Amino acid sequence: MSIPVSYYLALSGILFGLGVVAFVFKRNIITIFMAIELMLNAVNLAFVAFARAHNQLDGLIFVFFVIVVAAAEAAVGLAIVLALAHTRQSLNVDRVNLLKF
Amino acid sequence: MIAPLIVFFACAILAVLGAILLIIVREPIHSALSLVVVMVSLAILYLLLGAPFVAAVQILVYAGAIMVLFVFVIMLLNAGEEERTDWSKIAKWIGLPLGFVLLLEIAHWLFHSEPGTAVANGVAAPPPASTFALSTALFRQYLLPFEATSILILIAILGALVLARKDQ
Amino acid sequence: MEFISQHPVLVVSLVKIALTLFVVMTALAYLTWFERKVVARMQSRWGPYYVGAHGLLQPLADGVKFLFKEDVTPPSSDIVTYLLAPFLALVLALTAIALIPIGPPDVTVLGQPVFAVSNVSIGLIFLFSITSLGVYGVALAGWSSNSKYPLMGGLRSSAQMISYEVSLTLSVVGVLLLAGTLNLSDIVSGPNGQTGYWLHFIPKWNVFPQIVGFLCYITAAIAETNRVPFDLPEAETELVAGFHTEYSSFKFAMFFMAEYANMITVSCLATILFFGGWLSPFGGGEWEKFIPVLIFGALAVYCLYDIATELQSIIHKLQFTIVVGLFLALAAVCFFFPQYAMPPFWFILKIGIFMFFYVWARGTLPRFRYDQLMSFGWKLLLPVSLANLVVTAVVWLVMHP
Repeated sequence: MSIPVSYYLALSGILFGLGVVAFVFKRNIITIFMAIELMLNAVNLAFVAFARAHNQLDGLIFVFFVIVVAAAEAAVGLAIVLALAHTRQSLNVDRVNLLKF
Repeated sequence: MIAPLIVFFACAILAVLGAILLIIVREPIHSALSLVVVMVSLAILYLLLGAPFVAAVQILVYAGAIMVLFVFVIMLLNAGEEERTDWSKIAKWIGLPLGFVLLLEIAHWLFHSEPGTAVANGVAAPPPASTFALSTALFRQYLLPFEATSILILIAILGALVLARKDQ
Repeated sequence: MEFISQHPVLVVSLVKIALTLFVVMTALAYLTWFERKVVARMQSRWGPYYVGAHGLLQPLADGVKFLFKEDVTPPSSDIVTYLLAPFLALVLALTAIALIPIGPPDVTVLGQPVFAVSNVSIGLIFLFSITSLGVYGVALAGWSSNSKYPLMGGLRSSAQMISYEVSLTLSVVGVLLLAGTLNLSDIVSGPNGQTGYWLHFIPKWNVFPQIVGFLCYITAAIAETNRVPFDLPEAETELVAGFHTEYSSFKFAMFFMAEYANMITVSCLATILFFGGWLSPFGGGEWEKFIPVLIFGALAVYCLYDIATELQSIIHKLQFTIVVGLFLALAAVCFFFPQYAMPPFWFILKIGIFMFFYVWARGTLPRFRYDQLMSFGWKLLLPVSLANLVVTAVVWLVMHP
């Protein structure tokens, strides 16, 4: 019996939810970035599962583009984190509140 | 016939465990390593889903380059232990149960919808997506997004260079 | 016996895995002996000489030493990553070797191909994925040692590895264009493979049309495996021992083995991609089974000469008679089972030549400074690999409209 697609979608949903929880509750900015990558991975899994379910290649192509965009975003985001750590001397997002009302 | 099922559950449990570890552990480097575990188990799941090229690209690019970048930045910034902040009471006592209810509802509708039951009823497995077919689609139908993402990567490289440079 | 005939996949795979592990671990140990001997002879000295006959038991002595040395763990280091790093390095290095075919895929025992532990359709990219995960072993080792030299060594070494990984992968794409497939067995003997001859005597190996790609590959490979002349991050005069300073006894041995296993993997890839893998340069006739007989026979005669004249003690003479017996056994296997033994013979011969080249470079060349290393990788090697790829693609398009 081949594994039903809904199992993969359930796993993707669980991972996405865990990514959201990590994003909301963690204080270190690098860990928040990693939660974003976790969410992107969960979405990739959903794409590949749907590509298999409908027997098409478009889902896999989209996974490529998601990976590429994630790479570009990680590069720029981590550069921003480096600049931030230089100026604020801390990696805690609560400290980045100069514009707070 | 149950071998794919065993592999699926092993990788699924590994992935969820990695994600939970990402939330729980205190050092960022341990979070990075558990995220690598998640990515590798997802790559095995892509292999199960008949997409070997995507699995290899996931390990090569995501686990082998992006996460190395994360580990580098954590090492460079000497990111120590996270500060412990208490979760607000609303989040703990109302948010988590509500989230769980939402998850149950999504699971219900997932398992009773069309794609799930169609494949579960024994539709024959499609052949694995070959590299040739993927690359043909990538360079013919999806040429514009391909070129656009190349320019995006170029912009990202330049942006990262400019942002990370110390002011002289 | 019924179990064997009912589960051929399981049995053959287990035997293949066990054999591969055994052969690879022994080869790793004796690679250290080979390196010490060759470097010593290049420096006009003997090398290991006393432990066994001509130092042949030196790896065993080193292994025992590594097992029994005191295991010093630095305090206040991150214990989990500290213990994880050498395991990661060794496991990844050994996994990469499992993907490499040493013979044609149609030689079977019990219906299972004998010469490849796994024949993945995207073998080349998988190999590169596993190599790219190898950066973690180095980076985590440097970080978790909680000390300045290892941290700098680890960061520099991993930066070097990821820089040269790009050139490594790009220099191989020319071969991919020529071969049209990612499967390692098909690159050697597939429809666009390296069988056959040009002008009746030049074998159709990929090194001839892709000489620039080969040179880029071998340079990037030496840098990727942290060998001289690119071994600044672990050189003794520069950074004590780089990222593995704080590791002692068995964990250090694991890093050592991982480095040699990486060397073996990279040489295997070079052989498969550029030098025709297991194909013999003479075309695979029946007469070829005499070549290993000649080579091993000559080595056995030299060992007998050594027993008679050079070696002093009885124990050493006994050990060398065992070596002579080994050579004669190998010659007999190559002679009586040519379809099982000749492809691995050519493959291992070519890998041996690459290993000698690695050790030769170590004995001869001075090392790069770190900024020279990085500028070489990004400003020279990457553009040359890219140019090679573009030129190959243009020529291929012109030839196959």
